[in-house]
Amino acid sequence: MIRVEDLHKSFDGFEVLRGVSFQVERGEILALIGRSGHGKSVLLKNIAGLMRADRGHVFIDGEDICRLRGRKLERLRNRFAFLFQGGALFDSLTVFENVAFPLKERAGLKDGEIREKVLSELELVGLAGAEQKYPAELSGGMMKRAALARALVREPEIMFFDEPTTGLDPIIAHAILNLIDSIHKRLRFTGMIVTHQIPRVFDIVQRVAMLYEGSILITGSPGEILSSGDPIVGQFIRGEVEGPIDYH
Amino acid sequence: MSIFLGKTFFYATTPPVKFSRVLKQIRFIGFQSTLVIFLTGAFAGMVLGLQGFYTLNRFGSEALLGPMVALSLIKELGPVLSALMVTGRAGSAVTAEIGIMRISEQIDALELMGLNPFRYLVVPKLLAALISLPLLTAIFDVIGIFGGYLVGVKLLGVSGGTYFGEMVNYVDMKDILEGIYKSLSFSVLIIWVCCYKGYYTGFGAEGVSRATTQAVVLSSVLILIWDYFMTSVLF
Repeated sequence: MIRVEDLHKSFDGFEVLRGVSFQVERGEILALIGRSGHGKSVLLKNIAGLMRADRGHVFIDGEDICRLRGRKLERLRNRFAFLFQGGALFDSLTVFENVAFPLKERAGLKDGEIREKVLSELELVGLAGAEQKYPAELSGGMMKRAALARALVREPEIMFFDEPTTGLDPIIAHAILNLIDSIHKRLRFTGMIVTHQIPRVFDIVQRVAMLYEGSILITGSPGEILSSGDPIVGQFIRGEVEGPIDYH
Repeated sequence: MSIFLGKTFFYATTPPVKFSRVLKQIRFIGFQSTLVIFLTGAFAGMVLGLQGFYTLNRFGSEALLGPMVALSLIKELGPVLSALMVTGRAGSAVTAEIGIMRISEQIDALELMGLNPFRYLVVPKLLAALISLPLLTAIFDVIGIFGGYLVGVKLLGVSGGTYFGEMVNYVDMKDILEGIYKSLSFSVLIIWVCCYKGYYTGFGAEGVSRATTQAVVLSSVLILIWDYFMTSVLF
């Protein structure tokens, strides 16, 4: 469903992505792991068409998003949802208005239907009763859950999660991952998740890819990654200071 | 920057237009600027009345105070000062709003909902400014003329009939149209510069603050330069 081929991206002469290639099958969630600041979010934004790659292709159901423009790109993106690191909720709108926003703008539903759908989505993420709060009044966990409700309300085919648990305490982080898992079981979307919740995230994904020095070092099932003999993978998974990865 | 302007015009002239967003922006750019326009208009007219009277008095031409105040306001000061006031009050806010939306990924979120940020953010502001600024300029002109009347007629003793009578004789429709054309072009200029600076803001709070300053300074300078060209070339 998603096929990335030889993707390159540079910023100010520094090549962050140096020929990334991998694919995600329909209905599976792939966890993208790797060191902080090494291009995981950049890769995710390139796949979602929010950034333009310098070279390479991202095929989504055969359509190369790197070559799409205008309405064709809008149509393809309409199948996506993206959970941003900071939530990206519209700060001038309440939680209810934020979640209702994509439905009001795109789906052409009646007000009653929108209300019903939004309230059920908020209930699902445990935010019933917080409809009238503004993003500034929410805690980090509530913000992520509201953003998740907004992302899911259109029932997307493809979901991107950019560090959905960063900055949250372990209990809330666990709850968010459980929520993603239960929603995935219900909607069967194709997903990519960037996270440092290792190995907890391995329980909810079908495959894992590790980005290292601008390219994919390894892909495999969570079991294969955990039992990998590669010293770089091993050091990263176990979070060891000593090893081939220079942490400076 | 020219591609940004081209895109804005393209999306402004092709449906759908978000009318509810346009109305919201008219309230923000137009209605909420009324007080500052009222105050600046009144004092600009009063100072024109004062300076005009003493200058014309040297030539014994105080009777021309009305046309002098009116023409200065309608052709130059009204459009220019209104545009500068709107830049300071609403333009800076437009840059900050779009800039914050950019750095907090709200614009990316819009795009991923399949919504065009130009249609949703930029076009409503442009249409609202095109409607609001000429109206604010008209308010500025009227208030300014009455400010000049207050000083010239009530304070310095010029005849009220002469003040308004000569104004009717000397002010043409062409002069009023000149002011309207200027207002319309300044609206485009303000929204173009302020939205562009917000849309391509730098990183973090410092980036937004720098973008806001640049937007206000650049808009203000361009308003004065464009005013000169419009006056010298077109009129």
